[in-house]
Amino acid sequence: MIFGMDLGPHADFIVAAYAIAAVVLVLMIGWIVLDHRAQKQKLAALESQGVTRRSERAVERLA
Amino acid sequence: MALIDYANPTRFLGFAERVLPWLIGITALAFVAGLYLTQGAPDDYQQGATVKIMFLHVPTAWLSMFGWIVMSIAALGTLVWRHPLADVAAKAAAPLGAAFTFLCLTTGSLWGRPMWGTYWVWDARLTSELVLFLMYLGVIALWHTVEEPSRAARAVAILTLVGAINIPIIKWSVDWWNTLHQPASVVKLGGPAIHPAILTPLLVMAVAFTLLFVTLHIAAMRNEILRRRVRSLMLLRAQAAPGSAS
Repeated sequence: MIFGMDLGPHADFIVAAYAIAAVVLVLMIGWIVLDHRAQKQKLAALESQGVTRRSERAVERLA
Repeated sequence: MALIDYANPTRFLGFAERVLPWLIGITALAFVAGLYLTQGAPDDYQQGATVKIMFLHVPTAWLSMFGWIVMSIAALGTLVWRHPLADVAAKAAAPLGAAFTFLCLTTGSLWGRPMWGTYWVWDARLTSELVLFLMYLGVIALWHTVEEPSRAARAVAILTLVGAINIPIIKWSVDWWNTLHQPASVVKLGGPAIHPAILTPLLVMAVAFTLLFVTLHIAAMRNEILRRRVRSLMLLRAQAAPGSAS
């Protein structure tokens, strides 16, 4: 019995399938979240050094 | 605002910021509903409780092909329409497609062992799905081989369109060849051959996985746009550095 379910004689295969799916999905979500954080940090570091895009410089000149 | 307006990366980032919290919430709710229905689904009269593996295997199989279809449409966007976000969409979809194809293969293998007596056979369906996984890895490798994103995008777009021939082969392999893998039982002429008690959780899980794919794809596209901004700012900084060639 797993989570109140009787998974029968092949329970190991069913649990393994769900466990592998959970691990792969968590890794995929984690990679995307961490990548987003890393890119934002790199962008902020460059902008703090005064390196800005042409479009942003144009907006600043107009202002 | 028309859809074409989102071709602007800055507008797309704003769109992603607005839509992602909603998509995350709806996806989580869909998974809660899908897993609840999965837990309550009856055993199959022949396969017993192993039918629960189908609720993972079938949606991931559909998404493995969906990922390549997304990349193929994006490839047309790169080569024909030169859409500024097309190669961003293609690059973001490749790792997601690879992950779902890997899940399709592993869950299928874990389902095959108790039902067929083997983890793997070289039949047309399994082999063409494995080829799809290798093609995803090839596309990811190609993205990393060419440094300039626009040059890499053209090479990847051509490879993607050539590889698209594998999608109908996967879909109809069970009809064209004699395979150990069962023929289509959901998307087929005459309607699904599955009892509603099992079909309903399967479709809810398919919706949940599709929402997850869409959510992660938008988030990965946002990351790719930011990565390209970082790259162009680093090039600008290098050009402005004293002693640079420019």
